[in-house]
Amino acid sequence: MRFMVARESVEVIKTEKLTFTYAGRNEPSIRDVGLSIEKGEFVILTGPSGCGKTTLCRCFNGLIPHFYQGKLEGEVIVAGLKVNEHPTYELACHVGLVFQNPENQLFALSVEKDVAFGLENLGLPREEIRKRVDWAMKVAGVYELKDRAPYELSGGQQQRVAIASVLAMRPEVIVLDEPTSFLDPLGAKRIFEDIYKLNQKLGITVILVEHRLDLAAKYATRVIVMNDGRVLLDGDPREVLSLEKTRLLGVGIPKATRLYQLLKNDGIPLKSGKVPLTPEEAAEAIKEAFKSD
Amino acid sequence: MIEVKDLRFVYPNGVEALRGVSLKIEDGEFVAIMGQNGAGKTTLVKHFNGLLKPTKGDVYVDGVNTKDVSVATLARKVGYVFQNPDHQLFCESVEQEVAFALKNFGFDQETIEKRVSWALQLLGLTQYRQVSPFMLSGGERKRVALASVLAWDPKVVILDEPTIGQDYAQKEKLRQFIMQLRTQKKTVVIVTHDVEFVAECQPRIILMKNGKIVADGSAKEILTNPEVLLQASVIPPQITQTFHYLKDIGLPTNVIDVYEARETILEFLGETKK
Amino acid sequence: MSFFEGLKFRKVSSPIHDLDPRIKFVFVLVIFVLAVVFAEILPLLFLFILQLPFVLLARVGKQWLRSLKGAIFFAVLIFLMNFIVSFIYAGYVVTAQMIENAFTMTFRFIVLVSSFSIFFLTTSPDVLGLALEQSHIPYEFCFAFTTAVRFVPVLADEAQTIMDAQKARGLELEKGNFLKRVRNYIPILVPLIVNAIRRSLELAEAMESRAWGATKKRTNLYVLKPKREDYLLAFITVAILALAIYVKIFVPIPKITQILRISA
Repeated sequence: MRFMVARESVEVIKTEKLTFTYAGRNEPSIRDVGLSIEKGEFVILTGPSGCGKTTLCRCFNGLIPHFYQGKLEGEVIVAGLKVNEHPTYELACHVGLVFQNPENQLFALSVEKDVAFGLENLGLPREEIRKRVDWAMKVAGVYELKDRAPYELSGGQQQRVAIASVLAMRPEVIVLDEPTSFLDPLGAKRIFEDIYKLNQKLGITVILVEHRLDLAAKYATRVIVMNDGRVLLDGDPREVLSLEKTRLLGVGIPKATRLYQLLKNDGIPLKSGKVPLTPEEAAEAIKEAFKSD
Repeated sequence: MIEVKDLRFVYPNGVEALRGVSLKIEDGEFVAIMGQNGAGKTTLVKHFNGLLKPTKGDVYVDGVNTKDVSVATLARKVGYVFQNPDHQLFCESVEQEVAFALKNFGFDQETIEKRVSWALQLLGLTQYRQVSPFMLSGGERKRVALASVLAWDPKVVILDEPTIGQDYAQKEKLRQFIMQLRTQKKTVVIVTHDVEFVAECQPRIILMKNGKIVADGSAKEILTNPEVLLQASVIPPQITQTFHYLKDIGLPTNVIDVYEARETILEFLGETKK
Repeated sequence: MSFFEGLKFRKVSSPIHDLDPRIKFVFVLVIFVLAVVFAEILPLLFLFILQLPFVLLARVGKQWLRSLKGAIFFAVLIFLMNFIVSFIYAGYVVTAQMIENAFTMTFRFIVLVSSFSIFFLTTSPDVLGLALEQSHIPYEFCFAFTTAVRFVPVLADEAQTIMDAQKARGLELEKGNFLKRVRNYIPILVPLIVNAIRRSLELAEAMESRAWGATKKRTNLYVLKPKREDYLLAFITVAILALAIYVKIFVPIPKITQILRISA
């Protein structure tokens, strides 16, 4: 089920029979992963802890196999580049990775300097760096904080700086590995809204690894559920999240969706067609049952 | 019983983290302290086992002023499980890790053995007894940290952000575990901003903002009060939000849990059908 | 922990903060050398007074006084050592000359402390890193420097948390004899080291993801370009140096005791 938002369909990430075993481990961390992600998609990647989500993310920008040693089988092609044939710094211009802990991805002593870090590494001309840094800080909403030191920022602000510094490299894809784990719900909600904006306004493909589906699910065009290193389910969020199988795997489906599921099982005549992901949608579906009397 | 009287706390760097907090937690209560990051939640609970001492005001644990006793003495009664297990694990084996506190408290060898086995069993870690804690997964390490505190059987258990970075299945396990602690008549205090988790557990909620308590009451009262939640920047649980949208067709707005929601709707449908 | 708090720099702007750190460093170095070369109180007093406008312009008076206060212990020590040694050497008599000499040595120390404190108080590590980079020091080294400044306070916080976590498990650091006390720190050091390693791995991962090592010719967003103020400071520095050399060679500097005609 490939979902497209009225753009020409261009494949940005493709994996085929991708299997990876970390050096020193007996079992592969991901097995036989075959995915095709198209430009402009907003993909949520979820599944129980230790299911291989992070490992898969590392394959997208070449941290695997360049930084993490191990046995890589199958193929990963990102923006037309075979990952094992191109160094991480080259792939970094196509795929930006944002990590879970904001504290460990900010190195500089000011926000502006941090956002510039990647571009400086690339050795771009100074004027170009200046232009892109200002742009990225504005888009990520941290321009006002540009002279602040990282310890002066809240967790949400730090994570937004991390997004800006990745954005400055102008990638086609942004991969975020549980970016809101350390944030409170309001901070998390704002980050998700910002990511959605990037996806909508700039057409950046988003791959978001998340447990917090109650806040994030509504933005996704596609949900991929992994378990034990394999892709188990892949498709429209409303469909995937309403499957009994998803719930039994231990995926935290939004409570609004769960309520819909329960009432449906009770035989209540709810508004059919659209499985709700948000409270508003759930309320709408439930109202239908009251009308039908 | 924990009693806090007009507690104020200022960090050495001048940050005023608590500005006049008063509360009482009875034996056997289950309390969630909620609020945004930086609201003073962790600072407050660090006073319960004496890690921090009041700048002004007093904290009493079972009638004893925390200013008068050492952390080690208070810790016997008040167990504190930190957010990140990696801030405490250091032993070569899970067994030693769990025995560490017991040795510090001067238990005899026989009791230590017994308690370690008991705690490992309680958290389903018996099979890892001889394994290095560093070889375990994140969720398992969290359980080792929990076992290492529960081993000395404290009366009060504080869990700081227990659900952070946990998947749904792990959270569900944690919830069942807390329920088990409650049947053992323990006082459980969790510091959290996970509303959905709280909606499922239904503890008493103490809501904080800027170093002050803005609300204190049952989960149902607090989570269905939009004004109070807004004030503390907490997003209501999805079910509560859903029922908020259903207000105009006559459904009640004080629902927080999904199963309760289903019962309520079935009941109302039954009524409207009649 | 207050020492680590000191590493949490805030970006401040003042005529002194904005000076080119390289020229500022040369200036401080000249003061340092002169303070060592001159052993008379008058030139040292001149060097001290020379620093006051910098302190005022940079508005770091409070911090500057604090660093001088920190030096008091050593200052007293230096005074006493000098005095006692000359006292014994002179055959157990006290002279005004002796007191002046001991005082001069102490004052020299204060001038040195003051000059370096002004430099570090008005130069953020960020700018210092940049200066290192533009002085053709390998980038890896400069990066290590700024990253260390960035993470030392973070690690200090972490150490505090670990200490709290272990105290909550009944660890009493101050218990037992010396050897036992040292061993008490193992439960704190192990998690601290393990976490530092884990953190550095995550950092490396993030660096890789941001094109670390893409090219040997790295650009820096900022460039240090000497401004008019910097040339002015450079001029002042050269003038002081020239004056000092002239005085050293041609002008006999009187001692206070001589001026006041106090005979030994």
